[in-house]
Amino acid sequence: MFSDIAQYFRTETLPHIWCPGCGIGTIMAAIVRSIKTLQLDQNNVIFVSGIGCSSRMPGYLDFNTIHTTHGRALPFATGIKAARPELDVFVIMGDGDSTAIGGNHLIHAARRNIDLTAIVVNNSIYGMTGGQTSPLTPHDKRGTTSPFGNLERPFQILDLVKAAGGTYGARATAYHNQLLTKLVMDAYNNPGFSVVEAISQCPVSYGRRNKFKTPADMLLWQKEHAFKAGQKRTARDEDFQIGEIFKSEAPEYTQEYEKLRQKLREVSLNG
Amino acid sequence: MSKARLMQGNEAVAEGALAAGVLFYAGYPITPSTEIAEIMAERLPRIGGTFIQMEDEIGSMAAIIGASLTGVKTLTATSGPGFSLKQENLGYAIATEVPCVVVNVQRGGPSTGLPTAPAQADVMQARWGTHGDHPIIALTPSSVQECYELTVKAFNMAEEFRIPVIFLMDEVIGHLREKVVLPDELTLVNRKKPTVPPGEYIPYENNESMIPAMANFGEGYRYHVTGLTHTEKGLPTGNPEVTRKFMQRLTQKLDPYLDRIQLVEEVQLDDADLIVVAYGCTARSVLEAVHIARSVGLKVGLFRPITIWPFPQKQLEKYVDRKYLVVEMNNGQLVGEVERLFGYKAVERLNRIDGELITPKEVLDRIREVI
Repeated sequence: MFSDIAQYFRTETLPHIWCPGCGIGTIMAAIVRSIKTLQLDQNNVIFVSGIGCSSRMPGYLDFNTIHTTHGRALPFATGIKAARPELDVFVIMGDGDSTAIGGNHLIHAARRNIDLTAIVVNNSIYGMTGGQTSPLTPHDKRGTTSPFGNLERPFQILDLVKAAGGTYGARATAYHNQLLTKLVMDAYNNPGFSVVEAISQCPVSYGRRNKFKTPADMLLWQKEHAFKAGQKRTARDEDFQIGEIFKSEAPEYTQEYEKLRQKLREVSLNG
Repeated sequence: MSKARLMQGNEAVAEGALAAGVLFYAGYPITPSTEIAEIMAERLPRIGGTFIQMEDEIGSMAAIIGASLTGVKTLTATSGPGFSLKQENLGYAIATEVPCVVVNVQRGGPSTGLPTAPAQADVMQARWGTHGDHPIIALTPSSVQECYELTVKAFNMAEEFRIPVIFLMDEVIGHLREKVVLPDELTLVNRKKPTVPPGEYIPYENNESMIPAMANFGEGYRYHVTGLTHTEKGLPTGNPEVTRKFMQRLTQKLDPYLDRIQLVEEVQLDDADLIVVAYGCTARSVLEAVHIARSVGLKVGLFRPITIWPFPQKQLEKYVDRKYLVVEMNNGQLVGEVERLFGYKAVERLNRIDGELITPKEVLDRIREVI
């Protein structure tokens, strides 16, 4: 399973830190398979992450990798991409990372439509710190800071990104990991700000507080509740759409900036 | 031939940065530093560089670190409240040893304070504003000429020592207009790049110079950057021995270079009975007061730290058995460093925290009191 993508890993850093049954490893492999299929130059690929379980991913990957501060992966990535637009910049964030402490950066990266491929690993919880409620924890579900059930409503992250000006949004799960590989490729090919929400199971910090007995139960939940566009969905509250959710066209930030540079150059050449 | 121009302090910083080769600026508007951003927005796209206005100060600091990792010289500028927000990623740049220059044009605080009035109240924040033990370089100009020249040095130090350099100004110097003579030639320093092939590159090597070579992202040297305590290879570690070695190098890496880092101006100190310590705009009032005091026979001199951090202890401690007066526009911040050298009984203070300049007359009156 692993040997096809081993060249993209810093194998000396393995085994990874994630708990048994966690979905992040599956998601990591799916992302790396998209890079392999896209045949991207390993030296030209940058992985940027924030802080949290999924943000440890770049440390295991043999690219130019940067594990930044909590919530700040996008502005770091913005600096990299704006300075060197020819680099392929992927951003890995968790749900708390990208929508709570980093929420402002998320909407502004979307507004700029800067050509970053962002993957939000959504496990519905703060896993690294032991299971606190995040802005993507569903209503009524339990975390250590919502011991009586979450009173708040979660963000619909792709709606948020779309409303803020992002030009590609898609969703898959650890269960639908082959779809995830395809969606990350499509996100990469979109010349603008792209977000793929990758739903992960967190059996240790989320599942055991929310009536999932095993990691497999959580994967089965992903399988049963996901539906694709055009498929008949059931009336169940927890159902969610997978696949491409939206795609649009808008000027991309670094291309617009390069046009400005060209224009100023012509003005100066023509006196 | 050297060119002379009338410039504002903030403008001189922008011009100095451009002369030093800055190619990337990220910032957020804040008084009294905004002119720097405005000049950068106008100039950088003309020279193939990039200006980006970020959503906040946290993002600005993040963006200049990201850009610096691709090999360009980067700058951001702010003032007190924004400097508070920069502390998080300033610590990141220190821990990951990413060169950049951070301007703080100080204004009255705490909190929103006095946005258009000067102060020198971020001296300790420049030293210890971000959490954890760490090295830092902070430079503080007291003329527009110095804004220009010292900005170039700030970039040189950032590049040579792989460290963020804080350019600690005050509102008076930022908005002052003076003649600046642009030097014909500048010495520019660029970060040391690896000379070994990618497979042999050790990004955080504990080498003799204490400053590891830095590879640019995207040039074949694939390595990991993390704010976690890391091994020489840049990978996270919790090993106490590796942590000790990393922290030892990080916190001591400037030590071999202090002679070149610690810049000071010394005026009439040899025979001085009283040494007045002052920096930034305050040093200008003190210099005037020293001249007047000398003209009436008082043996007074000025010690001006241009490099405020690491505090130039070696340069000051040679003047033993004198009286000392520390003049600053805060409630007493740098004075602690002078007391540390000579004992608090030997050190007097003159402070002002109402947003008004300390005048030469106030300094002279205080000199007469303590001499």
